[in-house]
Amino acid sequence: MKILVIEDEEELLHTIAGSLQMEHYVVETASDYHTALEKTGVYEYDCILLDIGLPGGSGLQVLEALKKDNKSDGVIIISARNSVDDRIAGLNLGADDYLPKPFHLAELHARVRSVVRRRRFGGSNTLTVGNVTAQLEQRTVSVGGEDLALNRKEFDILLYLLTNKDRLVTKTAMAEHVWGDRIDEADSYEFIYSQIKNLRKKLKDSNAQIEVQAIYGIGYKLTEL
Amino acid sequence: MKLLNYTTAFFAAILLVIIPIWAAIFYYSMLAEIYDSMDDGLDNQKLLVIQKARTDSTVFRRTSFEEGDYTIREIPFQLAGQVHDQYIDTLMYMRNEDEFEPVRMLQTVFTQNNRYYELKVITSMVEEDDLIQQLLYSLLWLYLGLVASILVLNNVLLRRIWRPFNKLLKRLKTFRLEAPEPLPPANTRIEEFNLLHTTVQKLLKTNIAAYNSQKQFIENAAHELQTPLAICHNKLEMFIEKNELTGPQLQQLAGIINNLERASRLNHSLLLLSRIENQQFEGAQKVSFNDLARQLLDDFSEQAAYKEVTLHLQEEAPCTATMHPDLASVLLTNLVKNAIVHNHPHGLVQVVLRKGALEVHNTGAATPLDAEKIFTRFYKEQASNTSTGLGLAIVKAIAELYGFTLQYRYEQKHIIALRFS
Repeated sequence: MKILVIEDEEELLHTIAGSLQMEHYVVETASDYHTALEKTGVYEYDCILLDIGLPGGSGLQVLEALKKDNKSDGVIIISARNSVDDRIAGLNLGADDYLPKPFHLAELHARVRSVVRRRRFGGSNTLTVGNVTAQLEQRTVSVGGEDLALNRKEFDILLYLLTNKDRLVTKTAMAEHVWGDRIDEADSYEFIYSQIKNLRKKLKDSNAQIEVQAIYGIGYKLTEL
Repeated sequence: MKLLNYTTAFFAAILLVIIPIWAAIFYYSMLAEIYDSMDDGLDNQKLLVIQKARTDSTVFRRTSFEEGDYTIREIPFQLAGQVHDQYIDTLMYMRNEDEFEPVRMLQTVFTQNNRYYELKVITSMVEEDDLIQQLLYSLLWLYLGLVASILVLNNVLLRRIWRPFNKLLKRLKTFRLEAPEPLPPANTRIEEFNLLHTTVQKLLKTNIAAYNSQKQFIENAAHELQTPLAICHNKLEMFIEKNELTGPQLQQLAGIINNLERASRLNHSLLLLSRIENQQFEGAQKVSFNDLARQLLDDFSEQAAYKEVTLHLQEEAPCTATMHPDLASVLLTNLVKNAIVHNHPHGLVQVVLRKGALEVHNTGAATPLDAEKIFTRFYKEQASNTSTGLGLAIVKAIAELYGFTLQYRYEQKHIIALRFS
């Protein structure tokens, strides 16, 4: 699967590219408007990460060019501006998602995966790790064919961890993903621990072949047993 | 006081001083003129009587005034030397008025055939009290007339003259920096107003430019700050994922990440605050706080459960407000978040929704807080690691943006009340 990262900030570009390569995506990069236009004009990508502020032009212009050529690449706008206008302009131009900087890498992976999934499988598909399968459309989880009863937030946590399998998911990333950014000033994310505890118990009781590990007060990682 | 009335009052006061002074001068100079002309008349009459006396001896028989206006009586030589021409104000009985009235009398002496005669000629005189009274009335009418004409002039003429000024003032009153409209042309021949118009226009232009560059600055500051924060954050995440670190090292990194996140939150909150204060949230719609509160309390349920705080929603009536939906969400989120954070185990957070008002109650410290300070930026009741100290300042900025009333009170629990009107 091919991903193009368009970002003028070299360090950020390399970090994002490096993180995506760990997921075995084929990653290409562009750090200015003209390179971006060239690459998007010639090749097709499963997902394009697009910064709005670029030397030589605007990311929104790249998006316009894509839509004019009837290209169906998935586009996620990554912008530091986090302004409502940009978000609306981007989504109106046909971007699939909008991710304000700074973002968690776990969140980036979740968004990329979601876009790729929608492009490739038309949105209805499942995600399987070990004997655990999540039905994204129906928002249900089964372990070894047996349904596992989860509430809305437990499902979101599990899905987020499954999407970021073998990767660190920080507590903040988890809180923002599941509870939204309104929780961001909470005095601590310790409350997530009790949610994870419940989830672990349910997974263990149903003999799931996955495990949620705690990583030194930073976050969690889901691994296959 | 309006400029119009101010000038009128000023003129009225000045006239009140000037007119009496002018009246006194006028009165005395007129009186002097009257005396002068009366005395001339008496002198002329004296010459006529003396001339008549040379030919007509009956003249000497007039020893009392009766119907005439002179008397003659013979006087001894010794007295005659002492008498000169003399004008005297005196009183005389007037039959028509049935009282003594002032008369002007010329007393003189003349000789005929070596005999000395004293001649008194009189003429009726102005009645001073009548004159003064008449003058007073005239002046009063003059004064009232002047003030009335000034009023009329001010109201008609000045109002017309000042019209471009008032028009400009009206436009300035409704002027908003975030939605600037150009001023209409001045349309006046008065130089000062034209100057005012161009000056104001220039001032507005620089202000609009400053406002726009400030807006740009906020955006740029966000961009410039968010990017390095994002780089640090993502690099640290990558570092941790490489799995080369020991537990204690990871814990240290966790501390760094936490503080980086705190910096981003602070940056984000400051940005939000300045954007609210710069009124950069255009577009208001009807927001149901009932729906919002239900969803919000659900989102906060895990956090509240962890802190052993009970969340309770009391919906007394549908509660709606016309505002930007994002700001409505920020408003209620910050209030609820604040109520959960500043609480104690087994405490209570209650959201009360009424028609046009909402209240957030919470248990917490047993003493009332400083109602003046809690809504100021960076005010912290106790040093807290993760609170930005901007939550309630943002609430206040939103309330001020829409003209809502925001109040804090203490009734065995902390209550923040918001009225949408």
